[in-house]
Amino acid sequence: MRIHGLSRTACLTFAAAALVAAPASAKTISVSADTPDANEKLQEALIMAVSGDVVELGAGTWKLTDGLSLDVANVTIRGAGTDANGSILDFSDQQGAGEGLLVTSDDVLLTNFAVLNTKGDGIKSKGADRIVYHELRVEWTAGPKETNGAYGIYPVESTDVLIDSVFVRGASDAGIYVGQSKNIVVRDSFAIENVAGIEIENSYDADVHDNIAMRNTGGILVFDLPSLPMQGGHNVRVFDNIVKDNSTPNFAPKGNIVASVPTGTGVLVMANNNVEIFDNAFEDNGTANIMIVGYRYPYKDDKYQPLPRQIFVRDNAHGRAGFAPGFPGGAEMAAAMGGSIPPILWDGSGNAIVNDDVGVLSLNLPDVQTPQSEAKPSPVDLKDSAPAALPGIKLPASMEAKVQ
Amino acid sequence: MKRLAAAFAAALLCASGGAAVPVAGPDQALIDGDTMPRKLSEFGLFVSGGAALQAGVVPYELHTPLFSDYADKARAIWLPAGTKAEVGGDGTVAFPVGTVLIKSFSWSGQGGGKPVETRLLIHRKDGWTALPYVWDADGRDATLAIGGRRVPVSFTEPDGTAQSISYAVPNKNQCKECHAEAGAIVPIGPKARNLVFAPQWQAFRSGRFTWPANRIAPLPRWDDSKSGSVAERARAYLDVNCAHCHNPKGSASNSGLFLRWTDDPTGVNYGIGKRPTAAGRGSGGMEFAIKPGDPDHSFLIYRLESLDPGIAMPELGRGAVHKEGAALLRQWIADMPEDKKN
Repeated sequence: MRIHGLSRTACLTFAAAALVAAPASAKTISVSADTPDANEKLQEALIMAVSGDVVELGAGTWKLTDGLSLDVANVTIRGAGTDANGSILDFSDQQGAGEGLLVTSDDVLLTNFAVLNTKGDGIKSKGADRIVYHELRVEWTAGPKETNGAYGIYPVESTDVLIDSVFVRGASDAGIYVGQSKNIVVRDSFAIENVAGIEIENSYDADVHDNIAMRNTGGILVFDLPSLPMQGGHNVRVFDNIVKDNSTPNFAPKGNIVASVPTGTGVLVMANNNVEIFDNAFEDNGTANIMIVGYRYPYKDDKYQPLPRQIFVRDNAHGRAGFAPGFPGGAEMAAAMGGSIPPILWDGSGNAIVNDDVGVLSLNLPDVQTPQSEAKPSPVDLKDSAPAALPGIKLPASMEAKVQ
Repeated sequence: MKRLAAAFAAALLCASGGAAVPVAGPDQALIDGDTMPRKLSEFGLFVSGGAALQAGVVPYELHTPLFSDYADKARAIWLPAGTKAEVGGDGTVAFPVGTVLIKSFSWSGQGGGKPVETRLLIHRKDGWTALPYVWDADGRDATLAIGGRRVPVSFTEPDGTAQSISYAVPNKNQCKECHAEAGAIVPIGPKARNLVFAPQWQAFRSGRFTWPANRIAPLPRWDDSKSGSVAERARAYLDVNCAHCHNPKGSASNSGLFLRWTDDPTGVNYGIGKRPTAAGRGSGGMEFAIKPGDPDHSFLIYRLESLDPGIAMPELGRGAVHKEGAALLRQWIADMPEDKKN
């Protein structure tokens, strides 16, 4: 795997500058889980904080009944750790709000705490530019269950998003879900036993790298969906990830788009433009290591583009795959092909270049109106000369400085 | 009405600095300032020692109000002396700086009907500020609860069901979740089309509001079949209860589900044939927000009828299901011709 530590060290120089920029009044507000009315006290601290402040969560377990929210720019919420001895925000008895923690302000750093067992989403940020999620754990501790909340880490409608070194487990939709955002980095994170490990949806310009996505239903998803304010997802790079054993039966509530993801999917690209998948290590994904498909549901949206376009696959390491295809007719296909289908599956719509030295199976369904039942699977060669590489994502130095 | 007119006159006197009026009025300097007083009484909006409105603070009603756990809501407005509110051509109201919108929540079966909570929306120089106050046990004053609070509340629903809930007083940020437009706080309820100008309001209306040339048609009353068709009343209900988040600048902008009175009610963005995007468990295993002709398979209904925080809509301020509101929306969806394409 590529080491990206060097570039981050270079950013250290900027850290000092960022510190100088903090207002003179900046202070640390410490809150303790042991206080009576801890829920209200913590929420008050998040309201009374001013730009530059750090809200410091002491070690211990908060038993929270209501969602928390932060709406002050340039505030840090810092805990004492993500493990059992750290700062645990426990929402097992949650009575209200659609998420555990909601952030609606810019330049926020969330670091070093855990959010457990929320009824809805874990941590959501909306319209929160330059947000940094760092060293966090969002978990539904009983593991995969349909009654778990939808998203673990959920930034939406934001520009400049950094998700670094987080752990997510048990989300009934996506562990890490970035939606309708621009300029995104998801790195060094661990997504396990979610329906989708990591999902980039209706977003522009994202790097998803050096993550481990395992035992999800699908490891890493790059989607574009219709009827949303921001669509036309493009420029996504998925590289240097370990994507293995994505074998958890799909436990998403029906109707949600991820409920259609077959168990055993490594990376799934649906209806996106300019996606590069390279230098990843794939292993033990029963349906396919990489799947490239169009959007095959009826929709009423003239602006929507349902085909995958300019999808480029290269230099990935492929372990065992395709031995338990989780879609209708898949088992028969595998049996007919000697026990497993090739590790890369394309529905035949849009266009893709695959330069990996493994087989590609096309379902030969170029028109997304054609039902999947009419698939005529056959091996296909998608090798071609490499297109121009997508540029890497550069986040503002102030963001990188926060995670040094 | 005579009494109200007298009170109004007193308020005018008060506003013009008539020292002869022995009652203390609203403290305009405090309202305009940047503090968050600990006690509600400090504003002088209520007569000292209870929840009676101070002279010059004028009650108002809405054609279709926002549902909040079957609470009785007492709404009132304070406009600073010498100012006017300006109604725009689209029916939005521009309130002057110094305005206070006041909403008190009570239940007749709870504490003798005394208010449990009073929310203030104050228009200050740098924008609107929302402050939640919880009434003290003796009902004489209320105390700021910026971190929100849970209050046990018991009441009887209109259908006779006895109900005990943990009523959620929103924290200061949660006020903003509903009241945000492009990140700034705005009033939700008092739009010209939804304000009721009952007789006692007429004087206030003519004296303190300026009106556009065009006539603004009133919103139907959701629970009055004489005020509009089922569809019109359902849309009024959605506008008031949902559209403050479900609009392109609101908290639910990313959902692509827009439920304003002015939105096209036949479009996919109004929910008809719209698949869930970030609904999570809120989809309830259904494929569409609204499936014409089939309310049981419309997850918009499923979310309105749920109390589970991961499912319930609205996300805030609802610890009880609004059975009558849901019934209206069910009827509206049941009446829609089935969409064969779905």
